[in-house]
Amino acid sequence: MANTDSLNKACSRLQVRSALVAAWPICLGYFPIGLAMGVLARQAQLPWWAVALMSLLVFAGSAQFICVAMLAAGSSAAAIIGTTFIVNLRHLLMSSALAVYLHGVKRSFLALFAYGITDESFAVNMARFRKGDWNRWQALIVNQLANAVWFIATVAGVLVGQLVPAGAFGIDYALTGMFICLLVFQFHGRIYIVTALIAAVIAVIWKILIPGDSYIVGAAVSAATIGYILLRRKQGP
Amino acid sequence: MTPGDYLFLFAGMGIVTYLPRALPLLYLAHRNMPRWLIDWLGLVPVAVLSALLAPGLFVDATTDSFVIGKRELLVAVPTLIFALKTRSLGGTVLIGMGLYWLAGSLY
Repeated sequence: MANTDSLNKACSRLQVRSALVAAWPICLGYFPIGLAMGVLARQAQLPWWAVALMSLLVFAGSAQFICVAMLAAGSSAAAIIGTTFIVNLRHLLMSSALAVYLHGVKRSFLALFAYGITDESFAVNMARFRKGDWNRWQALIVNQLANAVWFIATVAGVLVGQLVPAGAFGIDYALTGMFICLLVFQFHGRIYIVTALIAAVIAVIWKILIPGDSYIVGAAVSAATIGYILLRRKQGP
Repeated sequence: MTPGDYLFLFAGMGIVTYLPRALPLLYLAHRNMPRWLIDWLGLVPVAVLSALLAPGLFVDATTDSFVIGKRELLVAVPTLIFALKTRSLGGTVLIGMGLYWLAGSLY
């Protein structure tokens, strides 16, 4: 395993441990969501191996929920694939932003890394990259660990999901709590806080006016652009 | 659905999910990005996070209307303060969960 060897060389035991520590809030948050997704899939008559295949090939929380709902409603494969594409377009932004920190890294690594880009791993990795104490192997560990937990949780949801009480220990709030703290980590100056407020206002209005998930990309692009214009004005030409 | 149908569907979903994740990274990581793009991308994470978070706090999921006073929002305020004070990710997650659980039993 060439990959494991280079991983050993590139990452000390301490760095691996800090990657595991960084990933645990994601894992904690993925568990209840994955279970819920598995329970819904079972109700929609999906066998466990189909859920396993989906979690492996797609690995995208909201798209998988939508897929199950659309299958239950009898939608065509083309409609489900088209919807998945739209819902996951937001990763274009995250992939672009990650390129700043993965500049010049060889393409085989990037191709593997890209598979694990999710809202959650993106937020965790960007906070750490920005802080400067993070390397790409640690980021990859976060991605793949989150993927493994997602896979296990969704399959477990199909098999034993009905036995788990819903909403236990406030675990449904784990990802929201994580996003709140990761948002705070992104407050590097006034312009970042202003951009966050603009994004929040646009996202809420967009979500109310336009059904679906387009508010994520719409609000993020608009707010980053407005923030950038404000930044340029302050700095002058 | 047959196993083949599932494979076709999930492979299709997988491809349209993977391409937006991979193409910008594969393209941009080997180009010299202009300064304006780097600056703009620097604001993307905070904008994406805020856009992901805010509707869950202020928009009612069933009616798609603006509301103040969702349990998610009431819990978010002390959770945010805790995050600002401690900058602890794990601690914030646990405090948020605990308060959400508590708020759920009081609601």
